[in-house]
Amino acid sequence: MSTTIEPRSAATADRGGAPSEIVRVHVPQRSFASELRAIKIVWKRELIRYRSDRIRIATTLVQPLLFLFVLGSGLQTLSAASTHGVDLKTFIYPGILCISVMFTAMFSAASIVWDREFGFLREMMVAPVRRSSIVIGKCLGGATVASFQGVIVLCLAGLVHVPYAPTLILGVFALQVLLAFAITAFGVMVAARITQMQSFMGVMQMVVMPMFFISGALFPVSGLPGWLAVLNRLDPLTYAVDPMRRLVFSHLHISPIARHILDPGVTWWSWHVPALLEAGIVVALGLVMLAIAIWEFSATD
Amino acid sequence: MSRSAAEAPEQHRAAPASNPAIVVRGLEKSFGEVRAVRGVDFEVETGEVFGFLGPNGAGKTTTINMCCTLTTPSGGTATVAGHDVVRERDDVRRNIGLVFQETTLDGYLTAEQNLRLHAELYGVQSSLVQARMRQVMEMVGLWERKDSPVRTFSGGMKRRLEIARGLMHSPRVLFLDEPTIGLDPQTRRSIWDYIRTLKESEEITIFMTTHYMDEAEWCDRIAIMDQGVIVALDSPAALKAQVGADRIRIETDDDEAAIAALLERFEIEAVISEGAVTFRIPSGEAFVPRLFEQLGVPIRSVSVSRPTLDDVFMSHTGSSIRDVEESGSSDRNKIMMQVMSGGGRR
Repeated sequence: MSTTIEPRSAATADRGGAPSEIVRVHVPQRSFASELRAIKIVWKRELIRYRSDRIRIATTLVQPLLFLFVLGSGLQTLSAASTHGVDLKTFIYPGILCISVMFTAMFSAASIVWDREFGFLREMMVAPVRRSSIVIGKCLGGATVASFQGVIVLCLAGLVHVPYAPTLILGVFALQVLLAFAITAFGVMVAARITQMQSFMGVMQMVVMPMFFISGALFPVSGLPGWLAVLNRLDPLTYAVDPMRRLVFSHLHISPIARHILDPGVTWWSWHVPALLEAGIVVALGLVMLAIAIWEFSATD
Repeated sequence: MSRSAAEAPEQHRAAPASNPAIVVRGLEKSFGEVRAVRGVDFEVETGEVFGFLGPNGAGKTTTINMCCTLTTPSGGTATVAGHDVVRERDDVRRNIGLVFQETTLDGYLTAEQNLRLHAELYGVQSSLVQARMRQVMEMVGLWERKDSPVRTFSGGMKRRLEIARGLMHSPRVLFLDEPTIGLDPQTRRSIWDYIRTLKESEEITIFMTTHYMDEAEWCDRIAIMDQGVIVALDSPAALKAQVGADRIRIETDDDEAAIAALLERFEIEAVISEGAVTFRIPSGEAFVPRLFEQLGVPIRSVSVSRPTLDDVFMSHTGSSIRDVEESGSSDRNKIMMQVMSGGGRR
């Protein structure tokens, strides 16, 4: 019997112009193009899921906004003397731009753990594509989603006295993309090993919160106690927050003394690390973690 | 190993029927100390519906996982659609569809998005995706629900959608691991309707596992698996023919007298099982008129049943599949059950 299937119900009977012959398709050999297609669809799935989850868009905004407007406004009275006329909200804004991206990227990576729990990961793992394509698609997807979330916070610049200058916006966005990619890669790397959601969230909290506090998102990085200065220089997030702050402060009209105290720049043994090198560190770490994640996922059955 | 399919992938549909879809030789798998699969051999013909029947823990899932490249064998070989499952893993994957025991759909995506994602991952020609999707979704009666998120689907709908998805890339072999587990009888029935329809319309080989005896009846051939080995392999009818006798149950006004009369007049040993006089005899239906004529005890009802696969399973393993399931894999429990139920036979 080469023709199709009898109609199952009245509803399926109205197939109109649908082909009555069996549509045969063919799965081609693996190629560069087919890998790209796999990367694209995994990436697209992240976007579809993000778009359909409005609650997540809202909830991941809460924390950055709390830091920015509650902590920023509340501590303003305490810090007024030392910020030399700069609003505390303006000062911590670059840090907030980073954490909004971080939290979203973390949640994107967490979806791998959900995927495993709900079985969908298996559907992707048994497909005739490279594991690396799936991991790359996932990381790019998480990075894209997190960058979107970052853009929402970027839109708030006016509320904290930061001008909407095109170079500023483009520069911040580029840094957000790099950070989002690195954090997602980190999360995916962790998710390869940790298979339970609760443990995963626990580990991420344990890593992400200290990273955030130590990074200098909430304080200037010069004149720190020795131990904290060392930790600060070791914290990868430092190298995302610092160029972000330099970029924002370069567009502010503030006194030289305020600039000197609030935006001292990261130093290694009193050598000022250039912003480009800092961005390079973020990218390099992201790539290393991506490589580890690919290796881990390729090694599993 | 057949090379013809590998050399001419474009013509794989035209492969001769004598070319087996699956060839398994001495396949083994150990997990540490546990020998889950202890050297199985079988072939599945192209276009066949082949069933693996056995209790939980018999090694069915491990065997199916080795055939579909999810588990690496500890020993032996398996060839699926002409490709070795270890050395040509990708080629096997391109040619098979998989439906797992547990759902592997993305509940946040719609039915259509799930199928599209699958088509993209498998590299199905873009121009054919829409038509193929419509076809497989119509086959399982879900085309009208294509825009609904999968999380709103019932268990049966999800399973049907998974079958549709497993077919999206026109696989040559479809693997179904317990496709009807946890579904209500009506839904199980409809899933089987789809599987039979599929067999006729798609020229596909279907390899499935089940531990429902009644479902195994639908297969062209079944392999009965117990404790990691295949204990019987044939068509359901042939397997049942090996058991031979039909089972007759009668309800009478006086069971004791009926048993005595059966022994005296027909030399049949009968027992009371589940409240009715039960015995076995070849060609049971032909025997019923004689029974009414000559028994001499009023009969209130009679039922004749053909040998079931449960009987087949019992004759090969010495216990019913339910006993094995209830006792788990522990041998001591199994022996206890056998002692308690009178040697494991009723």
